[in-house]
Amino acid sequence: MFDLFQLKKIFQLSDNFFYLLKIVFLSVIIFGLILSLIVSPKDYLQGDTVRIMYVHVPASWLALMIFAVVGISSIITLIFKIRVFTIYAKSLAPIGFTFSLISIFTGSLWGQPTWGTFWTWDARLTSMLVLVFFFIFYILSWKFVKNFFVAEKYSSIIAIIGLANLPIIKFSVDWWNTLHQPASIKLTQSPAIHSSMLMPLLVMFLGFALFSLFIFFIRYKTEILKLRKNKLNKILK
Amino acid sequence: MSPASKKRLSYFLIIVIVTLILGKFIFESLQKNTVYFFSPTDLFLSSEKPRGVIRIGGLVKTGSIQAKKNDSVYTFLVTDLKNDIYVEYKGILPNLFQEGKGVVVEGVLKDKKFLLGKNILAKHDENYMPPEVADALKKSGNWNKKYD
Repeated sequence: MFDLFQLKKIFQLSDNFFYLLKIVFLSVIIFGLILSLIVSPKDYLQGDTVRIMYVHVPASWLALMIFAVVGISSIITLIFKIRVFTIYAKSLAPIGFTFSLISIFTGSLWGQPTWGTFWTWDARLTSMLVLVFFFIFYILSWKFVKNFFVAEKYSSIIAIIGLANLPIIKFSVDWWNTLHQPASIKLTQSPAIHSSMLMPLLVMFLGFALFSLFIFFIRYKTEILKLRKNKLNKILK
Repeated sequence: MSPASKKRLSYFLIIVIVTLILGKFIFESLQKNTVYFFSPTDLFLSSEKPRGVIRIGGLVKTGSIQAKKNDSVYTFLVTDLKNDIYVEYKGILPNLFQEGKGVVVEGVLKDKKFLLGKNILAKHDENYMPPEVADALKKSGNWNKKYD
């Protein structure tokens, strides 16, 4: 059942596959950038500032989604000891960390011209910063704990605790008074964002997601090689 | 599923349930303390005047912005459509600060109806559209009040 992306399979992904994936994600991102920076219209209120959204929102989505995958993989790894999920989580965490940083930085660049401040301690911004710290703790626990099995345990516990933060981030704008505006795209309603601006947003999201997948494959391969070097690769059987 | 896994799973589920219950209580008690800003009605209903620097939030009442002479002092009313608070502010206003739009003002309450603003943050909503669409909506009468 879990033989997808198993130890041997990842080495069967040929160089051609990586090359193709690289071409695809680069062209989707370039297409997305052309759409968002040139083709898409200005906002009726914010003018050109709204273009920050096309990086800020996909980065934030991916940071949250990746943490969700890291957390759920950690549950599986901690309870059922299916170790390939440990490697998934370990490979994904730095990608999510990078996106969470991008989200914070583009957010403050957007906040300055629109709100009038780079940073404020409202519920959305604070909980997003907490997510950044959970990523940092997760990654550091792998860096500082030398024993693989001990590091696996600590990092998984950190990720599982961090899972509780995800609904707080998502619903912070509904539960509390925040400076951050509520979500424009909801599953239950039609989006509060015009289709000419929604298109580039979704293309950029696809591009970022493909980029994440590309980096994930590279990192996954590296982690497997590290396990082999440390003669731990038997645990994935 | 191995017996060890079963054991770990049951521990895990117990911890999750206990945490959820605790979290619910913590969340409910925090609800009162994690106020980013007060609305004018919150202040109107509160029995005592909050001390120190506080934030109030609401809409800038249409037609209430006045600029005083030449020393960039502005006065306006912040409203939540039930109650108003009079705000005096000296400084530069953010771009999105407009009549009828959301605003958060940091400052000190002089009395229940008067806030001396130190810092102004413009709040914007979740609606995005091109200017032409906004114009077309206004013309055709389909302009939703919530966009203002």
